[in-house]
Amino acid sequence: MQAKQYIRERFFPHMWCAGCGHGIVLNSLLRAVDQLGLDKNNVVMVSGIGCSARISGYVDFHSLHTIHGRALAFAAGVKFSKPELKLIVPMGDGDALAIGGNHFIHAARRNMDITAIVMNNRIYGMTGGQFSPLTGVDKNTSTTPFSNIDNSFDTVELATAAGATFVARTTTYHVLEMTALLKKAIEHKGFSVIEILSQCPTQYGRKNKEGDAPAMLDHFREMTAKADSEKIKKNPGLISRGIFVDRSDKPEYCEQYEKIIQKAQKAIKGKQ
Amino acid sequence: MARPKLKEHIINRDWCKGCGICVHFCPKNVLELDSMEKVVAVRPGDCICCRMCELRCPDLAIEVVTDQDVKNE
Ligand SMILES: Cc1ncc(C[n+]2csc(CCOP(=O)(O)OP(=O)(O)O)c2C)c(N)n1
Ligand code: SF4
Repeated sequence: MQAKQYIRERFFPHMWCAGCGHGIVLNSLLRAVDQLGLDKNNVVMVSGIGCSARISGYVDFHSLHTIHGRALAFAAGVKFSKPELKLIVPMGDGDALAIGGNHFIHAARRNMDITAIVMNNRIYGMTGGQFSPLTGVDKNTSTTPFSNIDNSFDTVELATAAGATFVARTTTYHVLEMTALLKKAIEHKGFSVIEILSQCPTQYGRKNKEGDAPAMLDHFREMTAKADSEKIKKNPGLISRGIFVDRSDKPEYCEQYEKIIQKAQKAIKGKQ
Repeated sequence: MARPKLKEHIINRDWCKGCGICVHFCPKNVLELDSMEKVVAVRPGDCICCRMCELRCPDLAIEVVTDQDVKNE
């Protein structure tokens, strides 16, 4: 694949630290778009604020770099006005589930055809390594110097409970799986959520003595297993990867909205 | 279809940040970081063209070109 077809080369080398997982997400995402044969002009990437959110500046699609936690709201606006476009919304764990948590659950509830990518590095990378709702108990961050006592959200369970019609999880170690799942998430009609565990060696890795980027990737391999695999049955403490929800029984929001427009127009005509 | 044979690793030294991910995960130990902390293919003859370096590179700095890529062009 010629990655260069899909990026704004003038902004490279990118701003991410050496070994940052967000670059691997970009790499896999470009391949997913290439393999799906999507027309760049039909793809819109909307992001908020964070190291993760900077991904929208590097892709040669339509892009909107908006405000922290609100990318899904902006994306909904774009989708409403042009439902034929493919909307991809990459977010950090803070962006998606701390400040943006409310937008996240309501976007899932409505089932608008948007692909939400949660680039989960378990920390606020951009602002100096503060804890996020995905950091995890006993982990160290700059704002929990004596370790964190906050329980985490489980992104997959949260998205499922809120009504997302496609929910998956993978890691930046599992790059072939990541591209395959991204393709499925993008093709899914309805609100799709894909959580990608992504390493932040600079903040999370350093504070938790997880080593360099290759060591953090090794750790993703060790701490996860395919859902329903023998490995996860034997080790229920591992994090499961794969597709957890893939349903087509719920109507898509823009299609429902179009029906309301038709109804309203009929009602107006009836009165004239 | 015959197995692809390596033509070359195209390495973008301006983009490579020397994170070492490609070096660590190459199953054939083809890659090394040089004194500038940039990746070089030191044993290209051992490359099996699995592309794991290309796919995992966070910097889009390495591309594996095989004889089949050339044919496909
Ligand atoms: C309204 C608002 N509040 C706070 C901030 C400061 N801020 C910028 S990025 C960020 C968190 C980034 O963490 P995350 O979303 O997990 O992304 P990462 O940088 O780890 O990829 C915060 C709190 C902001 N920009 N806007
Ligand atoms: S601070 Fe962390 S998330 Fe941000 S670019 Fe560096 S490694 Fe990536």
